[in-house]
Amino acid sequence: MISQFFVLSQRGDNIVFRDYRGEVQKGSAEIFFRKVKFWKGDEGEEAPPVFNVDGVNYIHVKVAGLLFVATTRVNISPSLILELLQRIARVIKDYLGVLNEDSLRKNFVLVYELLDEVIDFGYPQTTSTEVLKSYVFNEPIVVDAGRLPPLGPAAMFMQGTKRMPGTAVTKSVVANEPGGRKREEIFVDIIEKISVTFSSSGYILTSEIDGTIQMKSYLTGNPEIRLALNEDLTIGRGGGSIYDYASSAGGGAVILDDCNFHESVHLDSFDLDRTLTLVPPDGEFSVMNYRTTQEFKPPFRVNAFIEEAGAFKAEVTLKVRADFASSVTANTILISMPFPAYTTRVSFELEPGAVGNTTDFKESNKRLEWGLKKIVGGSEHTLRAKLTFSQEFHVNITREAGPVSMTFTIPMYNASRLQVRYLQIAKKSKTYNPYRWVRYVSQANSYVARL
Amino acid sequence: MAPPVQPHRSASPSQPSGKGEVSDLKLQLRQLAGSRAPGTDDSKRELFKKVISYMTIGIDVSSLFSEMVMCSATSDVVLKKMCYLYVGNYAKGNPDLALLTINFLQKDCRDEDPMIRGLALRSLCSLRVANLVEYLVGPLGSGLKDSNSYVRMVAAIGVVKLHHISAATCIDADFPSLLKSLMLNDPDAQVVANCLFALQEIWNLEAGSSEEASREREALLSKPIVYYLLNRIKEFSEWAQCLVLDLVSKYLPSDSNEIFDMMNLLEDRLQHANSAVVLATIKVFLHLTLSMTDVHQQVYERIKAPLLTLVSTGSPELSYAVLSHLHLLVMRAPMLFSSDFKHFYCQYGQPSYVKKLKLEMLTAVANENNTYEIVTELCEYAANVDVPIARESIRAVGKIALQQYDVNAIVDRLLQFLEMEKDYVTAETLVLVKDLLRKYPQWSHDCIAVVGNISSKNVQEPKAKAALIWMLGEYSQDMSDAPYILESIVDNWEDEVSAEVRLHLLTAVLKCFFRRPPETQKALGAALAAGLADSHQDVHDRALFYYRLLQYDVAVAERVVDPPKQAVSVFADTQSSEIKDRIFDEFNSLSVLYQKPSYMFTDKEHRGPFEFSEELGNLSLGAESEEIPAQRYDANDNDLLLSTSEKEENRVLSTNGSAYSAPDYDGSLSLAPAQSVSETTTSTQILPTYAPQGASSGIDDLLGLGLPASASSAPPPLKLNAKPALDPPTFQRKWGQLPLSLSQECSISPRGVAALTTPQALLRHMQGHSIQCIASGGQSPNFKFFFFAQKADQSASFFLVECIINTSSAKAQMKVKADDGASSEAFLSLFRSALSEFGMSQ
Repeated sequence: MISQFFVLSQRGDNIVFRDYRGEVQKGSAEIFFRKVKFWKGDEGEEAPPVFNVDGVNYIHVKVAGLLFVATTRVNISPSLILELLQRIARVIKDYLGVLNEDSLRKNFVLVYELLDEVIDFGYPQTTSTEVLKSYVFNEPIVVDAGRLPPLGPAAMFMQGTKRMPGTAVTKSVVANEPGGRKREEIFVDIIEKISVTFSSSGYILTSEIDGTIQMKSYLTGNPEIRLALNEDLTIGRGGGSIYDYASSAGGGAVILDDCNFHESVHLDSFDLDRTLTLVPPDGEFSVMNYRTTQEFKPPFRVNAFIEEAGAFKAEVTLKVRADFASSVTANTILISMPFPAYTTRVSFELEPGAVGNTTDFKESNKRLEWGLKKIVGGSEHTLRAKLTFSQEFHVNITREAGPVSMTFTIPMYNASRLQVRYLQIAKKSKTYNPYRWVRYVSQANSYVARL
Repeated sequence: MAPPVQPHRSASPSQPSGKGEVSDLKLQLRQLAGSRAPGTDDSKRELFKKVISYMTIGIDVSSLFSEMVMCSATSDVVLKKMCYLYVGNYAKGNPDLALLTINFLQKDCRDEDPMIRGLALRSLCSLRVANLVEYLVGPLGSGLKDSNSYVRMVAAIGVVKLHHISAATCIDADFPSLLKSLMLNDPDAQVVANCLFALQEIWNLEAGSSEEASREREALLSKPIVYYLLNRIKEFSEWAQCLVLDLVSKYLPSDSNEIFDMMNLLEDRLQHANSAVVLATIKVFLHLTLSMTDVHQQVYERIKAPLLTLVSTGSPELSYAVLSHLHLLVMRAPMLFSSDFKHFYCQYGQPSYVKKLKLEMLTAVANENNTYEIVTELCEYAANVDVPIARESIRAVGKIALQQYDVNAIVDRLLQFLEMEKDYVTAETLVLVKDLLRKYPQWSHDCIAVVGNISSKNVQEPKAKAALIWMLGEYSQDMSDAPYILESIVDNWEDEVSAEVRLHLLTAVLKCFFRRPPETQKALGAALAAGLADSHQDVHDRALFYYRLLQYDVAVAERVVDPPKQAVSVFADTQSSEIKDRIFDEFNSLSVLYQKPSYMFTDKEHRGPFEFSEELGNLSLGAESEEIPAQRYDANDNDLLLSTSEKEENRVLSTNGSAYSAPDYDGSLSLAPAQSVSETTTSTQILPTYAPQGASSGIDDLLGLGLPASASSAPPPLKLNAKPALDPPTFQRKWGQLPLSLSQECSISPRGVAALTTPQALLRHMQGHSIQCIASGGQSPNFKFFFFAQKADQSASFFLVECIINTSSAKAQMKVKADDGASSEAFLSLFRSALSEFGMSQ
C-alpha cells in the first residue's frame, strides 16, 4: 500500500504530490530529497532506490532527470512499487508525448487526473493507457521536443538517421496532430545493450547482449498484430554451461539464454513458427525482453598500450577498430580511461586528418576522455597521449591506469542477429496500410578493455 | 498555462508572497462563484489550477475552502476533479467546512454518469472527517451494488477508507460481508481484487480485537477462495496478480498433487515481463515446495534464468530489486549457482550498492572449480578507481581464502596486493593476512616475509595497523627486526590516536619479550610506562595488569598472555540463521533489500496481514528488546479483554467454557464460570493483590516443604501471573543457564493441527492461559515456539518452554526449564492441558 506519491525535479521541487493514506508526514518529500542528495556524504555513493528513514520506506526511480517517489509504512514488495513507478512515468509520457520537467509542470493537472485513477488509497488500480483515456479529461499541452533531452532507449533514433520521422516517438497518444488527422503508424524497435569485457591480451572474458523489442502503436482500433522472428531462434541452452562458446560458434542460429514477454503477447504459435501474436495496447511497451551470452562479434576492438618514457613520463596509445560493415556508422562514441593519480599533464596527438574528435583530460578524476562523432564500419582510429607525472611511478604502471571503457550507439545494427522477419497487421480494409517502422539499434552497456 | 514556477519551495504557509496571492485568488474565486457568463468555466479552470499548484508546492490554501466549494457547482468534469482533489486535501483540517461539500458530493453520487458517481464516491470517502461518516454509509452501500463496475471498484476501496475513519460504522453496516460476496461473484476482476485488498486490510486491523475477524482473515486463505482467485489469475491486472499471488504464497496445500497443480497453473507467470509478477510467483513456488527438497531445488534451477533476465534487462532500480532477491537465493544455496558466477561480475558504471551485492555473491559461489577465475576477476577490481569497491573486493578475496581448502594461489594474490603500494590496498590486505594466519598458521613463512617489508609508517588505518602489530608480536621469532619495529612504534606512543592500536601494541611487545627478551626489554619497559600513563582506561588497565603479572611470575605471565593457539576453524557469521530464515520467509518484500526481517524496520500497526511471530529472532538478536515487551503488553491486553468477553458468551450459551479458564487453574476446576470471569478480571487489573493469595504457596516453595508429597496426591495449586514480563535477552540467558527440568512428548488433536495453519492462533490461545510466546518460527510441518510463564506468587519464578510441533505427525515435544524445578511438573501438566485445548474452540 502506497502512502504518498510524488515527483521531484532535480532541484527537489515538488511537481506533483499526492497523499493517498495520510499516514506519512507532509515533509516526507524534503526528508527524501535530503537523504538522496547527501547519501553517505563524502564517499559520494549513490543512494539505493529503496531506503527507510524512521519507519517510512522511500522507493524511487529516476526517469528523464525526475525523481518518481512512493512512500509506504508497510513491508511491501519493492519490485511492485518500482515497476509501478516506472509504469506511471511511461503512462505520463504516453499522454504528454515528452516527459521532462517542463512538460510535467505544464500538465500537472492532467497528471493528478491520471494519479487519481492509477492508485486509490494506495492500491494500484489500472495503468493501461487506453482504459485511462475514458477517465482523463484534460487535453495535454504538448511541449516542443526539439532541444529537450530525450527519454528512453527509443529516443536515440532522433539523433542519427534521416529516414525516421524524428518527432514520431514523442507524439502523445491522445493529442491530435497539428494537421488534424492522426497518422496510422506503428514503431517496432529492436534495442540491444552490449556488454563485453576484453582481457589485456584482447581475449573476450565475458560478453552478453540484453535486448528488448519495444513497440509503440498509433493504430486506431487496436488491430491484431503478428510479429515473426528468426525461424531458427532457439531459447534456452540445454545442459552445458551458459558460457560454452564452442557449441554455438559458427552456426547461424540465434540462441537466446532466456526471454520474457508482455502480458498481451500470445505465444500459441511461438513454438511452431516463432511468431508472436498480440493486440498492442496504446502507448509504449516492451513486447519481449531477451538475454543472450551466445558468442558474437564485438562491434569494436579496443587496444591500449602504455609505454614508459623516462622516470616521469609515459605514453599511452589507444586504438579502436570498427568491426562492422562499412554501410553502418556508429555515433556518439566516448572512450575513457583513468590515468595514475599522480598524472599532472597530458598532451594528445590525433591522427592527421581526424575530424569530429574531442580529447580531454579530466583533472578532477584523472581521466582521459576521447569523443568521436562517428565511426564508419571498417575504419580504425588512434590516439596518442603523453603523460607527465609528479612522482616516479611504481613497479607496474598498468596497475595504476585503466581499464578503458567505451560507450557508443550504432543504429541499424544488432549484434545478436535477432530479426523481425515481418510485421503483419490485421487488415480492416483494402486501403488500410499503416506505416510500419522496424528499427534496430545497439548500444554499449558495459564495454571494457583491461590493461 | 503553466503553474507559477517557484524558485524556492515555500514550506512555510505564512510566506508573505504566497499569502498575498492567496487572498488575491480568494477575491477572484468569489467573483466567479455566482457568474453564469460564458467562458466562466475556463476562467475557473485557470484559477483552480493555480490553487492546486500552490497546494502542491506547500503553500497553505485552506483559507479558500468556502470559495472553492461555492465554485464547485459545475458540470465541467475537469473542474470537478480539481475541486475534489482540493477538498480531499483540506477537509480533515476543516471538518466544519467539509460539511459544505457533502451536499454536492452526495448529489454527484446519484448522477447518471457512472464516472461522476465513482469520482464523487471516491472523494466522499477520502474526506477523512469522523463526524461525517453518517453520510458515507448510504452512498457506499449503493455504490457496492452499482450496475457499473467502475463505481463498485471505487466503493470497495471506499469501504476501507470508511473503516479507517470509523471502524465501528463500517462493521455495523455489515460492509465486510457485502465485500465478501462481491469478491466471490463480481464479473469484473478489478472489483474482485479491490474487495480482496479491502477485506485483507479490514480483517487484519480487526483481528487483534476480534476472534471472528481473525477467523475471517484465515478464511481468505481457505482452499475455495484461493482456488477461485487462482482460476481467475489471468483476468487480473498485473498489479492485482501480485497481491493475489502474495496471498496464495501463504496457503498451505494439503498434498503434493495440489502443489504441482498450482505450480503448473502459474508456470507461465515466470515468463512475465513485469518483475513484480515474477517475484510474486517465485515466492509461491519457493514456499509451496519448502518441505520437498528435490522439487525445491528444481525450483531454484527453474527460476535462475528468468531472474537473470530481469536483472539484465530492467531499469537500474528494478534490476537492483531483483538482484537483491537473487542474492538471497545465492546465499541460501551457493552451490546451485556456482556455474553462473560470471553473471555476478561487476559491470562498468554500476552503482556501488549493486557491486557490493555482486561481490558477496561471488564470494559465496566460489568453489574449487571457479575460484581461480573469480579471484582473478576480483583482483582486477582491487586496482579499481572506485576505492570502496576496491576495498570490498580485497575483502572478498580474503573471505574466499578463508572458506577454501586450497589457499595457495590466493595467498600469492594477497601478497601481490601488498606490492601495489596503494595505502588502502595495503591496509585491507594486512587485515586479511592477519585473519588468514589465524586460520592457516602454516602460511606464516610466506606471509611474514612480505609483511616484514612493509613500513609501519605507511600504514595509518587503525585496523590495519593493529593487524600489523599483532603479526609482529605473534611472529616475532620469525621476523628479525620485529623488536626494533615495535620499539619504534612504542617511541611514537603519543602520536597513536587509536586505543585499539595501543592495546595491540602492549600485547605484541609483551609477546615479543617472551620470545626475545634481551632485544625487547627496553621496548617493553617503555610500553608499560606509556601504558600506565595512558588516559584511556582500558589501555591503562591492561598495562597495569601486564606489569603486575610480570612482577608476580614471568612464566605465569607467558602462559596467560602467550599460550599456544589453536587455529580458528570458522569465523562467526554475522547474521544468525534464524534471521536469514526469517528474511527468506519474507521473500519479495523490503526485508530482502534491507537484509533485515520486517519487525526491525516496521511499526507494529503497519505489519502486513498474516504476519506472525514478530518476536522471532530476538532470541539471537535482542536489538529491539525495549520495544518488544511493550508490544507484548498490547497483545496481552487485547487478549485478556477478548477472553473475558468470550467467556461471557460461553456462559450464556453454556458451551464448553474450559478453553479459556486456564488462568484460574488452581485445582478447583469446578469453579462456576461466572466466578472465573471475575477472577480473570481482577488478575488483569490489580495484579499486586495477587501476591497475598499466592504467598502461601510461595513460602511452601521457599521451604521446600511437602511438595513431593502433595504432588503425588494432588497437584499443588499453581497460579500463573497473567502479565509476566521477560525480555528476550533475559530469556536467552535463562535458557542457557537453567538445567532441563522436564521433557515430554504428546499428541495434538487433529483440530489443533488444523488450527496451526496460523501459528498466531496458538500464541493467542496460550496467552489466554497466561503462557506467553517469546519467539516462534518454522514452516509447515515443523513449528518451533518458545514460551514462558511466571508464577503468580512472591517468588515470581519463571517457567521456560521450548515446544516443537510437527503437524504431519501431530506430535508436540516440550522441554521445560524452570527457576523453581520443583513446580515444573505442575506447570507442564498445565501447559499440556492448555495445548490440548487448542483448536477446540476454532
